[in-house]
Amino acid sequence: MSLDALLVVAAALFGAGVYGALSQQSFVMIMMGLELMLNATILAVVAFWWGSTGGNPEGQLLAIVVMAVMAIEAAIGFALVTNVYRVRKADITEKLRRLRG
Amino acid sequence: MSGIVDFLFWVFAVAAVVTGWLVFRTDSMVRAAYWLMASFVAVGAILVTLDAQFLGLILILMMAGEMTIMAIFMVMYMMNPAGLNPMTMVHQHRTAAVAGAGAFVALALVGLLADFPDRPAPSGTDPTVDLGVELLGESMLVFESAGVALLAVMIGAIALVSKRGRYGDADEGSEEPILEKTE
Repeated sequence: MSLDALLVVAAALFGAGVYGALSQQSFVMIMMGLELMLNATILAVVAFWWGSTGGNPEGQLLAIVVMAVMAIEAAIGFALVTNVYRVRKADITEKLRRLRG
Repeated sequence: MSGIVDFLFWVFAVAAVVTGWLVFRTDSMVRAAYWLMASFVAVGAILVTLDAQFLGLILILMMAGEMTIMAIFMVMYMMNPAGLNPMTMVHQHRTAAVAGAGAFVALALVGLLADFPDRPAPSGTDPTVDLGVELLGESMLVFESAGVALLAVMIGAIALVSKRGRYGDADEGSEEPILEKTE
């Protein structure tokens, strides 16, 4: 277990998240891609805290901030999905063509 | 001891990446939610092996709750909640795969090639105690700001999903106009 290995694992999770967020049609699946990217971010932040900051607790605090961002993303994301479904009866990106340039 | 920790780390690392990948490989939305939860649990376990027990456990706790809610949303909005019919739910597949692989390679190269300081935590400290003192001491403003942000999000989410707004029903007057085909 080393900082390098942890960062590679985090990069793999982030890459899977990027793939998911770009390739999925359903809004909820896109949100899962975003969550996977935030998962990778938490792993990388804690890896840096563990290997490179000498145990500075502010590193852990940053991880808690990322978790708050994750909760905010989920709450606003679900609210937007509900709103879009109500207004446009859309549950996949292809049904929201008006935003397309 | 460190041999066991190393072994566990690799088990959880492989589990996190594989389950994270399976999220987008399954036909069933509900299964996707639980694969994502498995990925978070594996990352939480890695955090515990990194001596961040508090962060690892609250990550698992938070995700258990969030994925349960997510599964309900899946059933509400999904094209194929139970995965009974095989179907494809992807678009721009090649671009997305290239972007994902590119992000992985670029970030992994940064992780491997950049020269980060090598300063592990000194032994004999308790990270959970340190974090508690930090949260309720020096960094209390950050902690409180996160709480206020979550409160604002609750209000915003309710405003977004409320069925009836100040000017009428949510779906009134905001239906997409029927456009003539311009082909």
